Amino acid sequence: MFLNSNPQLNKNGELHHLLSIEGLPAEILRQILDTAQSFVGVTQREVKKVPLLRGKAIFNLFFEPSTRTRTTFEIAAKRLSADVINLAINVSSQSKGESVLDTVANLSAMQADMFIVRHSQSGAPYLIARHVDADIHVVNAGDGRHSHPTQGLLDMFTVRHYKHDFTQLRVAIVGDVLHSRVARSQIHALTTLGVPELRVIGPQTLLPSHVEKLGVHVYHDMTKGLKDVDVVMMLRLQNERMQGSFLPSAQEFFKFYGLTAEKLALAKPDAIVLHPGPMNRGVEIDSDVADGNQSVILPQVTFGIAIRMAVMSILAGN
Amino acid sequence: MKIHIKNGHLIDPASGTDARQDIYIAAGKIVGIGAMPAGFSANRTIDANSLIVCPGLVDLAMRLREPGFEYMATLESEMEAAIAGGITSLACPPDTDPPLDEPGLVEMLKFRARNLNQAHVYPVGALTVGLKGTHLTEMAELTDAGCVAFSHADAPLTDTQLLLRALQYAATFDFPVWLRPQDAGLARGGVAHDGQVATRLGLPAIPVCAETIAVSTILLLARETGVRIHFCRLSSGEAVDMVRKAKQQGLRVTCDLAVHHAHLSEMDIGYFDPNCNLTPPLRSQRDRDALRAALADGTIDAMCSDHTPVDDDAKQLPFGEAETGATAAELLLPLTLKWATESGLPLTQALARITSDPARVLGIKAGSIELGASADLCIFDPARYWKIAPQALKSQGKNTPFTGHELAGKVCCTLVEGQIVYEAA
Amino acid sequence: MIAPELPEAEALLEMLTAQMRTQVSPDTGLIGIVTGGAWIAERLHESLKLTVPMGTLDVSFYRDDFQRKGLKRQVASSDIPFEVEGRHLILVDDVLFTGRTIRAAMNELFDYGRPASIRLAALVDRGGRELPIAAQFSGATLALPPQQDIELQRDAQGRLKLVLAAH
Repeated sequence: MFLNSNPQLNKNGELHHLLSIEGLPAEILRQILDTAQSFVGVTQREVKKVPLLRGKAIFNLFFEPSTRTRTTFEIAAKRLSADVINLAINVSSQSKGESVLDTVANLSAMQADMFIVRHSQSGAPYLIARHVDADIHVVNAGDGRHSHPTQGLLDMFTVRHYKHDFTQLRVAIVGDVLHSRVARSQIHALTTLGVPELRVIGPQTLLPSHVEKLGVHVYHDMTKGLKDVDVVMMLRLQNERMQGSFLPSAQEFFKFYGLTAEKLALAKPDAIVLHPGPMNRGVEIDSDVADGNQSVILPQVTFGIAIRMAVMSILAGN
Repeated sequence: MKIHIKNGHLIDPASGTDARQDIYIAAGKIVGIGAMPAGFSANRTIDANSLIVCPGLVDLAMRLREPGFEYMATLESEMEAAIAGGITSLACPPDTDPPLDEPGLVEMLKFRARNLNQAHVYPVGALTVGLKGTHLTEMAELTDAGCVAFSHADAPLTDTQLLLRALQYAATFDFPVWLRPQDAGLARGGVAHDGQVATRLGLPAIPVCAETIAVSTILLLARETGVRIHFCRLSSGEAVDMVRKAKQQGLRVTCDLAVHHAHLSEMDIGYFDPNCNLTPPLRSQRDRDALRAALADGTIDAMCSDHTPVDDDAKQLPFGEAETGATAAELLLPLTLKWATESGLPLTQALARITSDPARVLGIKAGSIELGASADLCIFDPARYWKIAPQALKSQGKNTPFTGHELAGKVCCTLVEGQIVYEAA
Repeated sequence: MIAPELPEAEALLEMLTAQMRTQVSPDTGLIGIVTGGAWIAERLHESLKLTVPMGTLDVSFYRDDFQRKGLKRQVASSDIPFEVEGRHLILVDDVLFTGRTIRAAMNELFDYGRPASIRLAALVDRGGRELPIAAQFSGATLALPPQQDIELQRDAQGRLKLVLAAH
């Protein structure tokens, strides 16, 4: 009914916007990962800048506040020598007047080349992508519960870095899948890249209906779900979920779904632990696991810059 | 004015007529079907060769947006849309601003509508004051002012005890109550059907049980009170099954289907098309198929447009923020024909759902072509395809999921009380 | 059109080595531009017995045709295992044509530090310069029609060969 063609790809099947991992062929995911590998080298040099995007104007359009993600995008853009403009759109002033589309139209008139968009509503970047000029690229930095493609990609990069071959892995995603855009992106990326067994672990209140249709096995018992797993991906539990109608308390959640050393021992001995951050220590994850030698949470952050550099370069060059 | 409609193919579901028959109109009434009445001399002859002549359409739900929502659409524009769609009688829901909970508002609306000399307007009154769900309205006064039924539109009615009282009161006077079955708590925050699409797209979801629990509650209360219930806009196969059983048990219950739910499903949301943000939500393809079958076998009594014009500023927003609803008055006929063709139903049966059947639900004398009846007619070309171009629609609402689609069935001429109120260019 | 006869890459390499032998010192920084230039630099580094390990440069991030052509998939890590600051460097490439690759290489090198000097060794100089760049050492000068490309290949035994390539 609506936009029958994939809005992310141009006529040549190249990436024109990055809105979600769903709908992207494995080839493009691998292209991004390989390109990011090149940029890791750059981030390790003394001179961390390359001139690829010099003269380009990248606008960070954050309708939902975020310091971490915005900062990594900013660092990535500056390392590509682009000009970065940060716009924290106050959502309450949104309702007083300027619509998303009006904001975007005004900014497009300011010679923007790329919009990095974060919004609390699923689908907002699609609306924006449909209304920008043909030469402006849109990168989704997180929309509602739907997608956080750069996070999904950096998690894939991390997994590939430590485990190399996706087709041999058993992966578990633990926590609030229902509300998580990160989880959805991870699920699509892992299935596209050929992970043979993907599990989601959580209480029924935090798992979306029909989630098996995404290609995952559902576990409510973490001790069963973590058995022999190669990769454990923890999800952040937001404060508002911690008491009330989804969960009675953070304590009870931690007891059954928090990652402790004891539970991690059920996974393979060389299993790695990921977390998109920021962590709630003692809620999703125990400090000794977060800081332990199976945790790859810090490298995730470095890889995040390289991934975002890769995404922006590929888009700008297409 | 004396009008002779010649060479047309007459389809009148009420009488089962499906034949080439001329029609003769005088003084606003039908004075001849088939044979010319003696001494008849036409002032105007309409050549309906290769066209179908059917009763003017009866639409159970059209939002006219007045009073209160004039920035979205006006009475004038939406009444134009109605007759351009072949609709000659329509019921409008009470969720105006202020809601239709006072006789004065209803009288004003009827007065303004009557002055336009277009379709007949039958207001549905508010069941509770302000649609707030706490106080009953003066249903008898509102009926005197012209309301044909009472409804809570899409406003939540969470107090079951109050609902019981409202049904008891309506039953006292045998006023019909029209309710859209949705459990407010289960639907809270949801914008899409709780299925695989909402899961993939990360949209807050409304489970089927939000509808079935409400249907169950209302049916049980209807049994208690003996009130006549009409369910507005069913969306799930399960709810239809419950209504079917209730009808078999002899309960006085009817229901309708919005034209979008006869064709679309959650899959049509695609990449977050806000035009597919509808109330109730578009559910699974299985639900849609069950609804279509129920419409065919009569479990669902009528199809309506659920016409809801929304201005661009309120529609071109991220899916979850967009105002729900679609403009549909001008698509009621072609979408009904599409359903008929796809289901292999004869037009006498299919057109019943938008003529004689909704007239029966409304309790009005309309939706049929018989001697002495008011000459409310729709003449259309079933073979003419036209592209749905929002800007060309008469409605001020341009929000339709069918943008760009080619549909068959173009209204050529609409008559109300023997007057030609619409003629296609 | 008769295909021009291409010289033997191994022979050119010998000529290049001979030219450079008296022009380098043990702490000269040799840097090969991937991939062809790096292959040649490897051979030169061995023949010239340089003590400072050689470096490699992938200039993809510094090219001036990014907008038109996009980014190459596998950008190798540029690796300069010595201090650039104050050092005499020799850049090595296989085919010197417009000079744009060398311009990009120099821009990248200057991000690492300020060298004392940079000279260029090219296996083949095919003319067609679009920038004021020259090779101080070159194996051969070839005149080729602009749409004709040549590339360096290396077989399993490590032997180098010049071939005509599609544009």
